[in-house]
Amino acid sequence: MPKYITTIGLEVHAQLNTRSKMFCPCPVGYGADPNTQTCPTCLGLPGALPVLNLEAIEKTVLAGMMLGCSTPPISKWDRKNYFYPDMPKNYQTTQFDLPLCLDGGVPLYDLAYPKDAQKSIKNPGKVVKLTRIHLEEDVGKSTHSGIGTQLDFNRAGTPLMEIVSEPDIESAEEAFAYLISLRQILIYGGVSDADMEKGQLRCDVNISVRPEGQKELGAKIELKNLNSIAAVRRAIHHEVERQTEAVMRGEKLLQSTRRWDDDRGETQLMRSKEDAHDYRYFPCPDLLPIRTASIIERVHPRVPESPHAKRARFEQDYSVSAYDAGVLTSDKALAAWFEEAVAADAKVPAKKIANWVINELLGRLNEASSALENSLVKPTALNELVACVESGKISNTQAKEVFDEMFSSGETAVAIIKKKGFEQVSDTGALEAFCDQVISANPEKVAEFKAGNDKVLNWMTGQVMKASGGKANPKVLSELLRAKLA
Amino acid sequence: MSQPTLDIHKIARLSRLALTEEEATRFESQLGKVLEYMSALEHHDLSAVEPTQHAMPIYDVWREDESRSGFTAEEALANAPRQSSGQFLMPRVVEE
Amino acid sequence: MSLATETIVSLRKRLLSKEITSADIVRDLAQAIEKKNPTIGAYLSVDTEAALKEAACADVSQPLGGIPIAIKDNINVLGQPCTCGSKMLAENYTSPYNAGSINRLREGGAIPMGRANMDEFAMGSSTENSALGVTRNPWDHERIPGGSSGGSAAAVGGDLAIAALGSDTGGSIRQPAAYCGCVGLKPTYGSVSRYGLVAFASSLDQIGPITKTVEDAALVLNHLCGKDQRDSTSLDISVPDFTASIGQEIKGLRIGLPKEYFIAGIHAGISAAVHQAVKQLESLGAIIEEISLPHTDVGIATYYILAPAEASANLSRFDGVRYGHRAENPVDVLDLYMKSRAEGFGPEVKRRILLGTYVLSSGYYDAYYIKAQRARTLIRQDFTEAFKKVDIILSPTSPVPPFKLGEHQDDPLAHYLADTFTIPPNLAGLPALSVPCGFVNEGGKDLPVGLQFVGKALDEATLLRVGHAYEQSTEWHLRKP
Repeated sequence: MPKYITTIGLEVHAQLNTRSKMFCPCPVGYGADPNTQTCPTCLGLPGALPVLNLEAIEKTVLAGMMLGCSTPPISKWDRKNYFYPDMPKNYQTTQFDLPLCLDGGVPLYDLAYPKDAQKSIKNPGKVVKLTRIHLEEDVGKSTHSGIGTQLDFNRAGTPLMEIVSEPDIESAEEAFAYLISLRQILIYGGVSDADMEKGQLRCDVNISVRPEGQKELGAKIELKNLNSIAAVRRAIHHEVERQTEAVMRGEKLLQSTRRWDDDRGETQLMRSKEDAHDYRYFPCPDLLPIRTASIIERVHPRVPESPHAKRARFEQDYSVSAYDAGVLTSDKALAAWFEEAVAADAKVPAKKIANWVINELLGRLNEASSALENSLVKPTALNELVACVESGKISNTQAKEVFDEMFSSGETAVAIIKKKGFEQVSDTGALEAFCDQVISANPEKVAEFKAGNDKVLNWMTGQVMKASGGKANPKVLSELLRAKLA
Repeated sequence: MSQPTLDIHKIARLSRLALTEEEATRFESQLGKVLEYMSALEHHDLSAVEPTQHAMPIYDVWREDESRSGFTAEEALANAPRQSSGQFLMPRVVEE
Repeated sequence: MSLATETIVSLRKRLLSKEITSADIVRDLAQAIEKKNPTIGAYLSVDTEAALKEAACADVSQPLGGIPIAIKDNINVLGQPCTCGSKMLAENYTSPYNAGSINRLREGGAIPMGRANMDEFAMGSSTENSALGVTRNPWDHERIPGGSSGGSAAAVGGDLAIAALGSDTGGSIRQPAAYCGCVGLKPTYGSVSRYGLVAFASSLDQIGPITKTVEDAALVLNHLCGKDQRDSTSLDISVPDFTASIGQEIKGLRIGLPKEYFIAGIHAGISAAVHQAVKQLESLGAIIEEISLPHTDVGIATYYILAPAEASANLSRFDGVRYGHRAENPVDVLDLYMKSRAEGFGPEVKRRILLGTYVLSSGYYDAYYIKAQRARTLIRQDFTEAFKKVDIILSPTSPVPPFKLGEHQDDPLAHYLADTFTIPPNLAGLPALSVPCGFVNEGGKDLPVGLQFVGKALDEATLLRVGHAYEQSTEWHLRKP
């Protein structure tokens, strides 16, 4: 059976989290009463005019920098002409031939893949190439029902970044990882909240299949109406199967647009190439072009460390595994929390702190459905706890109990250890007394040990531990006993 | 620029204008004459000339990201042909 | 004598001396409108009550305090209609906001009064394309007043207004001003805010005054110009006092006559009037010389590609969804669009939308649109070169006198060809002024002839200086229909 190669390109629209809209000062925000965030410009009233939002431009350039894009010296806006009820002007002001960002790429990290695919990553460390990023305006919201279609223009005019990838993605899993990785970078950059459920991140997929050995790409088919990253994966799987079967049957696939029906789990034809829009792009005469040099200069200092750079640094500086680095950097705030904990006392091994964060803190936060920012455990407190374990003050088991209490009460480790009387006895004087006690009470065991039965040591250790009320430091204790029994 | 071919029906559809047959014929003829006149542009060699997008060579006109309230829903809908529950209402759109 | 026959300057004197009140002016105008508008048809609507309300609290200490000004019906005034001469907006549209230019006028104390008729969506040069009424030339009621600001010019020329605002994309202020015997000024592109002006061709449109004298035009211009933060194309420069140019002499001023303009095709009477004006200017000390604008022959082709292209996109918003005319019982959304627009727009608007859509469409963009943008560069360069030699460029405003109503009904191209002198300054973004310079006699009636001065960018001062000097050395501006 011939093998088929899948070629996928993604077009992602991300809403920028600016305060005002792209071309007018109306507030940007979710959930307001319909048509209360409007003005002549975003309603497309006769006589209204657009004015560029500088912050939207800067955020786009910033995103481009994080993704390794270049920004050409001049950029401008164009009109894309088509009629649709959610379009106030029946043209969209967008960028055609001089977009803000070109090239660049999205590095896919292992944890970004779906959980069930993380062990079988075909191209670890792949960087999906980008074609461009441009800045445009969002459309209004339409609601279809029995009475007709209702239109709310609150969203119309919201700044929208369109990120176009090269047809560089080879599977549904890579597409999934691409979206997770890209979303993380946008959130890191503080340019978008990228919540797909709120419509802040939208994705269209272009797929073609061709038999192995054929150089020419197959017909490009566009998929729309993908409402979650999981749906993107499902849709691609279905569509690749559909296209492959069609090609194997000898069908000629045509360039077209299909709509993903998540309930039915299938795609349906929306329009074929013949019906494709003639957008009649031309430069928008109401907006002037921009010179990007001053913007690039202003944006440079705003660029935060990218998630992939942070991951690499964590692996190197904190000796954590790639997986752990991925978990710690999955969220910028978490990464910052972790680093604050490490910095509280440099003598405490970062790797140990990482384990506590990943295994204990995150687990409890998840269980309690609580956010990191609400954690009663503060970074310095965790460092202190780990320091106590490292110095032998308490055992690991005790530490877990202490952490539980820290998590629910916000008290410090030291305070809780004192309260619970957990301090391990390492003071050799006191321990010696307990050892002598047990040794003198068990002469036959001493004799067994001297005869070569090493296991007696464990029994004796246990007895001293009991006598000390469980507080003896096991390491110190076994050394002491061995010395006494020698 | 050879004899311009104006597919009046295609252009009318792109423009979202319903034309009667009479209008289609009349406009096709009138616009045909106008387009013929455009051949005047062939009298000069324009190949080496930069296109002018704007009257003045001005750049970098933008605004700070400050929000200001605009219309109330009532004001926004004041000229709406039909409305319902604070939204503009029109015949149901088949998803596109 | 009715106050409606006076100028801004004369009325201001009388207001300041408390001889009259602003309300007196409004009332006299209302009376003149009641008497003459049924014939002239300059206004589509007049809200006298609103004007009286504003007149009652007029601040006469402001430079335009208490002066009512007619507004072309494509400039938004909050609470007023804004029909643009079209069925598309005639039914239920009320402006929900004020244009930037209206705010500026009011800051100067002026009172917007009345909505002036116009060619539909400013497309036309006769006002015959208005879907809402006929406007007649006050000098000959069987003739066009010009367009697209025909209502504004007829109102001023016929003493139904003291002054008016018009808009100019390819001559729509200057040509009707010339046809109606008044002064019309198109400022430098970007001088006056376009926010609130219903767009026809965004890179060409400008609002400007239509007045009885050049001094009045300077006064109004003072309260139109200035940066508007809501209009990106609005220039960020300080506004001089344009009245300072009034009364300055023009000795040594260099005036250029483009040789490409003075070729066959200009009506003999107009040619004679302009040549007489040239002599007059020489006698005032101006130096006349011949210049060349070598790309004159492509001005019309360039304009009639670029303007409809921009217009086709600007008018897409009129779809019956959020405002304006909506067709009854549409079958589906496509039907709603197609029918609403077919019913709402008149034939000239449809023609220009179709033409604009065509020149932007796939496969034709380079052949037409880009070519026209290149030609536009050459036209601008023509003026830049010419202005190295002269300060002002002179021509007739129109090569022909006003047509008879209905004369070129089925020949849009004939209308287009008469814009040959007014179009180039729009393409180059330059200021231009039309001033009465005589009359021609057609069919027993004296029809006004306009003289056009074109100036360097932002040099309205020189335009007003020479316009005023010429005006005051003749008596054309004193004649009434």
